[in-house]
Amino acid sequence: MNKLFEKIRETQVWKSIFRHGYPDTPRNRTLAVLSNFFLHLHPVKVRRSGINLSYTWCMGGLTFFLFLIETITGLLLMFYYRPTAEYAYQDIFALRENVPLGLMREIHRWAAHLMVITVWLHMYRVFLTGSYKPPREFNWNVGVILLVLTLLLSFTGYLLPWDQLAVWAVTVGTNMARATPFLGHEGPGAALLSIGGLDLVHAGSDVRFGLLAGRFVGEGTLLRFYVLHCVGFPLIAATLMAIHFWRVRKDGGISGPL
Amino acid sequence: MRISLRGEFGTKLLAPLSTDMEENKETSKPETADSLIRSPLRGEVSRRGLFSSLGMAWAPFGGAGALGLGAMTRFLFPNVLYEPPQQFKAGFPEEFAVGKVDERFKASYGVWIVREPDNFYALSTVCTHLGCTPNWLSSSGTFKCPCHGSGFVITGINVEGPAPRPLERYKIGLSADGQIEIDKNTKYQEEKGQWTMDGSYLSYTA
Repeated sequence: MNKLFEKIRETQVWKSIFRHGYPDTPRNRTLAVLSNFFLHLHPVKVRRSGINLSYTWCMGGLTFFLFLIETITGLLLMFYYRPTAEYAYQDIFALRENVPLGLMREIHRWAAHLMVITVWLHMYRVFLTGSYKPPREFNWNVGVILLVLTLLLSFTGYLLPWDQLAVWAVTVGTNMARATPFLGHEGPGAALLSIGGLDLVHAGSDVRFGLLAGRFVGEGTLLRFYVLHCVGFPLIAATLMAIHFWRVRKDGGISGPL
Repeated sequence: MRISLRGEFGTKLLAPLSTDMEENKETSKPETADSLIRSPLRGEVSRRGLFSSLGMAWAPFGGAGALGLGAMTRFLFPNVLYEPPQQFKAGFPEEFAVGKVDERFKASYGVWIVREPDNFYALSTVCTHLGCTPNWLSSSGTFKCPCHGSGFVITGINVEGPAPRPLERYKIGLSADGQIEIDKNTKYQEEKGQWTMDGSYLSYTA
């Protein structure tokens, strides 16, 4: 059997994919991480304290893991869900009743709740270990933006089942937007932005209108939130996550002495 | 002290006429970007440096970027809405019973039309607490919101629950053909004293 594996490892195909040798030498160990596109974001070596659960709680890693779960389950859900007022509710129902292993929607929802919890716990841990202090202040701020993005992802995803809970939750949430100073038509300063009696900021042109694509939560809102939830926010979150991890490495790796 | 800026400004811009830097250490003054912008054509500017030194590269780039961003933002505000129109005709006044709340247009337009002995008014169906739709309970003569229990009397004044202010009224009038016409673009709020304004009620005696 071993002979067969050796033969495979000597083929051109294998050598073109794996740019390192097979025997367990320090050089091969290093190359296995460095020469891999996915793994090279990882450091080749971590400190022993980096894998100490009582130091790190592993919450950051769990959050990223849940983000990957969300991406995969979300993608699978997209094969059956149609973001229109006519179909949204029944498609969610169908995902449970008609699709084999009808658990994707449940997993997606559970992972979303857990991700919000782990994100907060991660923030709490970073605060307790003082890992926001110089030179890590910028990374803390990136993390806060990621927190906001996680909550926005939750908010936009909440609308997609198009049930009573979803519609009214988003109505209440976006009603707050109309009280924004200058940008909301019921906020302070909106009356100042008018040219010759013509209001520039009114119910049909303020930031709430831009969010909802309408005067109330309707089909336009559903589509807009769907695109934001599936493409917009994930892309921004992925970019910021890459910066976040990069910064951790540049500042000396995870969970070392300050 | 010599400020050396290569790349964008070009070495020729900041070097004195002689290429020997050591010789001119004491005599030449440090060149700054400001002095260059004020008089770029001092003979030391290379052809490559001219455009950059005048910011002529960044200005159109920045302008185009700002234009693109503006266009993208405007793109997100649709010009056409697939919503029911804000103004509509509600039928002839005689179709409405005195002292009753008419719910014919609650679902389609979000309006209750109430007829008093001497006038009409149109109430908004949006609860002033957080925006749910209250229900009219004719037996108790109140509007009750199912979300958090806000209660309003037939005039729209809030009497119980978390609602902070009365229901809003929409502009109501008579159209040319004698039908009641509601315009949701204009609203009247009691707490601002607007319920005595023209348009917030329609005087009509049978």
